[in-house]
Amino acid sequence: MAVQTPAHHAAPARSAPTPGWARWANRHMKWLFAGPAMAFVAVLIIFPVGWTVYLSLTDAEGSVRADKSFIGLGNYLDVLTDTDRFWPAVGRTVAFTGVALLFEVVLGMAVALLLWKPFRGEKWVRAAILLPLVATPVAVGMMWRLILDPNIGFANQALGWFGIGPQPWLSGQKTALMTTAMIDVWQWTPMVVLILLAGLTSLPEEPHEAALVDGTTGWQRFRYVTLPMLMPTVIVAILLRGIDAIKTFDILYATKGKGGGSFHEVETLNVYAYGLSFDYNEYGIASAVLVIFFLIIVGSMWVLTARRKEDS
Amino acid sequence: MAAALAATTALGLTACGGSDSGDSADSKTVRVTLANHVWTENIKKALPEFEKSSGLKVEITQLGEDQLSDQYNVKLNAGSSDLDVMMYRPLQEGKLFAKNKYLADLTDKVTSAKDWNWDDFQDGPVGATTFKDKVVGVPLITEQEVLYYRKDLLKKAGIAQPPQTLDELKADAAKIAQQNPGIAGFVARTGKSAAVTQFSSFLYSMGGDFIDDSGKAAINTDAAKKAYALYGGLIKNYGPKNVSTDMSWPEAMAIFTQGKAAFYTEADSLYANATDPAKSKVSDTVGFAPFPAGPAGSKPYNVPSWALGINEQSKNKDNAWKFIKWATSKEMVLANQKAGVPGARQSVWENPEGTATYPKDLAAAIAVSTKNGVGHDRPLVIKVPEAREIVGQPIVDAITGQDVAASAEKAQQAFQALLDDENK
Repeated sequence: MAVQTPAHHAAPARSAPTPGWARWANRHMKWLFAGPAMAFVAVLIIFPVGWTVYLSLTDAEGSVRADKSFIGLGNYLDVLTDTDRFWPAVGRTVAFTGVALLFEVVLGMAVALLLWKPFRGEKWVRAAILLPLVATPVAVGMMWRLILDPNIGFANQALGWFGIGPQPWLSGQKTALMTTAMIDVWQWTPMVVLILLAGLTSLPEEPHEAALVDGTTGWQRFRYVTLPMLMPTVIVAILLRGIDAIKTFDILYATKGKGGGSFHEVETLNVYAYGLSFDYNEYGIASAVLVIFFLIIVGSMWVLTARRKEDS
Repeated sequence: MAAALAATTALGLTACGGSDSGDSADSKTVRVTLANHVWTENIKKALPEFEKSSGLKVEITQLGEDQLSDQYNVKLNAGSSDLDVMMYRPLQEGKLFAKNKYLADLTDKVTSAKDWNWDDFQDGPVGATTFKDKVVGVPLITEQEVLYYRKDLLKKAGIAQPPQTLDELKADAAKIAQQNPGIAGFVARTGKSAAVTQFSSFLYSMGGDFIDDSGKAAINTDAAKKAYALYGGLIKNYGPKNVSTDMSWPEAMAIFTQGKAAFYTEADSLYANATDPAKSKVSDTVGFAPFPAGPAGSKPYNVPSWALGINEQSKNKDNAWKFIKWATSKEMVLANQKAGVPGARQSVWENPEGTATYPKDLAAAIAVSTKNGVGHDRPLVIKVPEAREIVGQPIVDAITGQDVAASAEKAQQAFQALLDDENK
């Protein structure tokens, strides 16, 4: 090895002097390697975002190629004063995300704690829990739509066996949003379980043993030992799942269709923006809604990450 | 941006110039986008024959209605040339597409094809595919609203014949619902947008319309309020229990074909779903009748629901036209009509073979509809989806038992605002 290495290094020195482009490439190595990724980001992220911002400042409608004029912040003013569709949609987005997230984290934590200690058949249980995760959300939505159908669905039939009357589920104006949130919980709790389980298995054992010696109850150990140590992982789970939940579209669209149902029962910001652009062809206003939505997501991400830094 | 627009307009103009433009660029592959429909299934079966005789290769993309609409939005907006033939809904998207110049002018093509015979197409459908005296599409499928009913349930209730008037419909639905717990007297679409087309026949028969003769919104007239109350009331009082306000035809049809409803008003073009034993539990007891008459008579809609057009940006217009000419030829329309898809060619309707495969009562009902029918089943505006949501609101309000008159007044204002905006 020791003999070969210098010979290996000497090899290029014997050939012709390094050409200009190679020297240039050597000096700009980091840009060269990052270049393709940067171009990718520019084309697929920065350009669409920029174009959306541009459209949001115009009165584009009907066709994006049609004549349009620059109207400044008019669309934003329209959107922010719209108490008919926009603000209710914001409320629903927050309610959907909040409820789904709360249930997912609490349930996810409970399941992760159950799976923490090894037991017989553990592998099978873990595989079964992961099943909902691998299904396509649109298919999940359609499946639940069938199960929850008020007249021919299985859910009401099953309730009937216990003497409980049929529930409106997705068809009720008041129950539809929470029903979709529960479908989201059904599908995505496993992901939270996975993340929390990974966090739990990497925790040190000593603090637990010390707490046991001190004669603590199970709840005390969880509350004062496990949870504080696990907090960074919990925040990661909330962050990942929260961003996903806030932009949920497929489940809502597959269960209630355009406009989130006849009374816009499940119309969140995403469903609203989709309807504005694909149903109404109001590209200017749709873009304004999307820009506001983008800011909401970036803002909530920022709050959560700031919190995470504090914690760690 | 201006330059790009100028370029597209220029391109559009040259392409409009005549049927012989761009021949050299024509590809041997015609890209056809079609909706999921019985018509599509039939045409796909006949396709090899066309490919053999024309030497062209046909590439078919098939999508659901909503996905198709979204696809057009994206591709036509981007000025994409990779669509040649497009199956589209003249009443839904026709005005928007024509306004945006997405559809090629076919006037010369249809009038110069003598054997193919453009004059054979019914006036109503042709009117819907013509914009500012230019033909932009060829009607494929026509639809009329008819009454689907259950012969066995009527017999059991001692009702001798299907209801002739809307009052009778209401009375019969009430009677059957009362006699048969678990079976609805009446079912129909309940989704805000989806219900509008089927509600339209109720509106016309009660003596109303969405827009009056002077071009003003007319959904708060007495006739309109009565129509809303009637349609919503039928579903609220005699409809399925726990009815949702999201039903389009697949859901409503499922309730009917599962044997859970006595009367169902729907487009005739969907009849095979009810008569096919593989899909329907009531295939042997289903009957058809003309749309029941209201104070203004029986006035169901009679519309072209689908048409074929050519993408203005297509570089393969001549071959696209060859496909359309074949798909809408007399032979193909007849073959399709025999398979249960009502076409727009008069000669096929006059040909006994054209109606031979239809249930007799359905053929009779269609004959009535084509005579008294109204040529639209939704407000004819550019922003159809928005308009449907507005005029559909009182329907769902009626179904959920809210104040119909107040809802109609509110919808009237919103609808008038939309019309004003479009006429600016």
